[in-house]
Order: sequence, then structure tokens, then C-alpha cells
Amino acid sequence: MDIHASEELPHVAAAPDDDAAPTPAPRPARSAPLRERVIEWALAGSGALTLLTTAGILGVLAVETWRFFDEVPLTDFLGDTQWTPLFADKHFGIWPLLGATLLTSAIAIAVALPFGLLAAIYMSEFAPARVRRVLKPMLEVLAGIPTVVYGYFALIVVTPMLQTVVPDLASFNALSPGIVMGIMIIPMISSLSEDALYAVPQSLREGAYALGAGRLPTIFRVVVPAARSGITAALTLAIGRAIGETMIVAIAAGQQPNLTLDPRVPIETMTAYIVQVSMGDTPAGTLEYRTIFAVAAALFVMTLALNAISIRLIGRRREA
Amino acid sequence: MQATRRWERRAERLFVGLCLAAILLPLATLVWLVADVVIDALPRLGPDFLTSFPSRRASSAGVFPALVGSVYLIGLTALFAVPLGVGAAVYLEEYGGRGRFSRLVELNIANLAGVPSIIYGLLGLAVFVRTLGLGRSLLAGALTLALLILPVIITATREALRTVPGLLREGSYALGATRWQTIRHVVLPMAAPGIMTGSILAISRAIGETAPLIVIGALTYMAFLPEGPLEPFTALPIQIFNWVSRPQAGFTTAAAAGIVVLLTTLLILNGLAVFLRNRLQRRIHV
Repeated sequence: MDIHASEELPHVAAAPDDDAAPTPAPRPARSAPLRERVIEWALAGSGALTLLTTAGILGVLAVETWRFFDEVPLTDFLGDTQWTPLFADKHFGIWPLLGATLLTSAIAIAVALPFGLLAAIYMSEFAPARVRRVLKPMLEVLAGIPTVVYGYFALIVVTPMLQTVVPDLASFNALSPGIVMGIMIIPMISSLSEDALYAVPQSLREGAYALGAGRLPTIFRVVVPAARSGITAALTLAIGRAIGETMIVAIAAGQQPNLTLDPRVPIETMTAYIVQVSMGDTPAGTLEYRTIFAVAAALFVMTLALNAISIRLIGRRREA
Repeated sequence: MQATRRWERRAERLFVGLCLAAILLPLATLVWLVADVVIDALPRLGPDFLTSFPSRRASSAGVFPALVGSVYLIGLTALFAVPLGVGAAVYLEEYGGRGRFSRLVELNIANLAGVPSIIYGLLGLAVFVRTLGLGRSLLAGALTLALLILPVIITATREALRTVPGLLREGSYALGATRWQTIRHVVLPMAAPGIMTGSILAISRAIGETAPLIVIGALTYMAFLPEGPLEPFTALPIQIFNWVSRPQAGFTTAAAAGIVVLLTTLLILNGLAVFLRNRLQRRIHV
């Protein structure tokens, strides 16, 4: 009872200074029916479940990773250049997996960033409202196609086509899934970037025109720089998506942990390794089983950092 | 001066062309992808593909258990994710205000949305499959997918709740309704089409998910149907992945046919979502 009442005070105090929020409802007083309070707690419980999810992810990854490093020293994980936990001669160097993940992600971003940015500039600065209303949802369909479908497309269609152009391209490689992943990510970059470009005040553009600047210089020297934090947020989110992308690379990039920057040879990303082990019959509690948690923990730390950056950037834009 | 102006205009036209190409090229790729899959699938597409079990012979392999598994997964996932997601959203929009707990939950949801889906698979493996002892079952799969789409449902529901005018809430309070009565009889009915649209879109995301189901141990070959929530299962994307991974050309055809079934399911769900969204718009504009 007392806890409930004391929680009420900051809410009531905070409400008046927030004009944007909907009208605060009359807060049920202490005499409010028990039913009302039970429902409120149940609803808050649903919200708390999302916190529990995060706690669960952190806990699961931490426990199994801890056990992994009980057997494998961190210096091996970060110092060795081979990853062969499923062979007799075991090596636990994360670099081949990490390098493959960064390679496919870099290719994807190299495709998605120019396309996404140009698409965003067109929709925000040139497209008539009607064209924009049609094109935007069409572009977003790209992000809604299941990744296993893109994997099929990369392996069966794009790789054979690239092989006619790129000499020595293996049937499993980083190039084809990287490109296909880039196409999938285009709407992520274009959508958020367009919001940022669209939010740039018209007065800035008019000021540039008044100074005699043409349309293109205005876009590149005024509008895009003004939307920089939003575009960077889109980019960080896209990188996070590329790093965590699984099925495209598991299908089309191969399962051979090679430490290489050559996009033509088979490799294995961090996510593809987790899939490879999951497809086999690795018993729980073994070292092999724990490797997937250690790899996932490394993946999680990377995406967490990228998320934090983008959340901060988006928050800054809202305040500005 | 004239010359530079003409130059500028030409550069501008060139740039607009480049921008348009940046939109049309990906869209053309999308058309190419779908066309290619459909053409690849033609030899295998037919009613018996939907009703056959997978087989060692590619020409008679079908998606029946995968389709049934996916339908069960949709139902179970929705059963868990929709009430919990709507509940959390109602709390954040109608009760939470700007309290510390709400802000923490909001930040957490924004972060969860960026966690790779395969990580949810590991969470499901450790918690549902092992710790809770559900095994590699439909239930474990549905719970994992429910956690995965929870942030999406919460975000969509919050947007739907925000479109309900505050005036309606005040009217309800003025009539003496309590907060929950107002939510139950005024706010939720008004927001229902938006909530349903968001939920359907979230669930259609769950159907296409492959990686988390592989990690929790969905089967890749099933000669029977799951008979209860604690039975092993397979799903459409898993079956497609299995067929893509086989070298024989016949299985490529089966994979393409599986993709056609998957994309058709998604198309139906998205059509339903668009239909509901249009109904919502009509209601608000009246």
C-alpha cells in the first residue's frame, strides 16, 4: 500500500510540465477498487517482461561464456588466428569468424549506404508527395522478405551470375551474400535517413538559396550535414543488422573459418558458426556447445555498442 | 554566368537520375528475385506439394509438416506475444507516464529491437529448451519467437494508442468510468485495428525467422505431424534452408516451391494488415 502511494507522487509531479503527453487520467486513489490496482500491476508486469528478456540474454551468455573461458584462456580467444573447435586439433581464435563477419558486413554497407542515401535524398528533396507515397512502401518490402529467401537468391542466382564476371569466384564466397545483404538493408538506411533529411527546417534551404546556392550545393553542403546525426544513426543500425544477419551468410558464404579479406573464397561468419553447431548433435555442457555462447557473447557486445550509439544519436536529434 | 547555370541544371538532372536509379535498381532486383523463384518452383508447384511429407526423392518432397508447424507456431506465438505486448504498451502509454520504470522499459525495448535474432535463439535454448525442460518443442519455439517480436508489438500498439484522442478518455472519466474501464471500453476498441495491423506485421516477421528456430533445435526432416505443443516440429523457413543446403538440383526446385508457399503466406498476412489499416483510417477521418 505505502509503496504504491509513494510511487504515485513523482508521476503526479512530473505530469504538468509535459505538454505533449495525453491528459493525465484521474489517478485511482487509495480507495480505488482492488481490481484496478491488480490490473495496473499485471500490465506493468508485461513491461517488466521485456527487462527480464534482456536480463535473460545477459545471464545466459555470461554464464556459458564464463564456463568457456574456464577452459580456454582469453589470450587464445583473442590471440590465436585459427578457429577449429570441432576438429581434433582445437584452436579457439575468434579472428577468422570476426573477420568474416566484418568482411560481409562491409560489403553489405558498401552497397546499402550509397543506394539508401541517394534513395532518401530523392524521396525527401525531389519526389512529389504522390510518388513518395508509392515508392516508400515498395522499398520497404525489401526489408520484409525472409532472410532465408535472400540466402537462396544469393547462392542460386547471384553467385553463378557473378562467376561469369569475377574470375576464381568460389561457389561459397563473401561477395555474393554481402551484396544481397546490402540490398536487404537499403530500406533501413533510406527510411531513417529520409526522416532525418525531411526534418531539416525549410528555412535552412531557403537561406542557402538566398545566398545564391544551387539545388545540389544546398543538398550536399546544408541539408545532408544538418541531418548528419540521423544518417549516422541509420548507418549504425544498419551495421548492427549486417553483423547479426545469419541466414544469407550461412547459406551462401560457406562454413570454412578462413582468416582472409579475399571476398572470393569460402568463409564462416560468427552467426554461420552458431548455425553450423546448432545443426549438428553437439551435446549440452561440452566445450563445443559453449563455443556458440562465447561467439554469441562477442556478437552481442558488438551490436549492443552499435545500438547504444544509434539510440543516443536519435535521442539527440529529437532534442534538437 | 549563363553557362554555369546550364551546367548546374544538367548536373542536377543527372543527380536526380542517379537517385531514381538508386530506388529502381533495388526494386528491379526484388522483381527479379520473385520472378526467378517462381520460375524455379514451377515444376514442383501443385496441390500435392502442400500435402506431401518431405522425402529423400526431391520430386515427391512436400512441405506438409513444415506448413502445419508454421501455422501452429503463428497461433502459439500470437497467443503469447499479443496479450503481453499490448499489456506492456497499455502500461507505458496509459499508466507509465514519465516515470523511471517506463523510461527504463522504453530504452530496453529500443535496445532489444537491435539484438540479432540468433541471440534470442540461444536464450530460448538455454531457458526454454533446457532450464524449463520444454525440449526442442513447438512451445519452446513459439515462446522464443514471442520474445523476439514483443518489442515490435509494443511499439506498434503504442502508436495505435496515441491516435486515440484524449478527449474520448476525458469524456469517459467525466461519466465516472475508472481508468481501466476507460481503457477497456473506449481506448482499446478505438485502437484495435491499429493494434491488429501491428500484431499481424510482427507475426509475419516471426514466420520468416529461421536462425532462432535452428538454434533451439527445430527438426529439418519430419515424417510426421506434431500432435501437441510439447512435440518436436519443423517450420517453412527451416525446410527451405534444409533443401537449399542440398546439392541436388531437384531440391533446389523444392526449396523454390517452399519459398513460394512462404511468400504467399506473408502476402496474405500483409494484405490483411493493409485492409485493417485502411479501415482504421476511415474511422479516424469520419
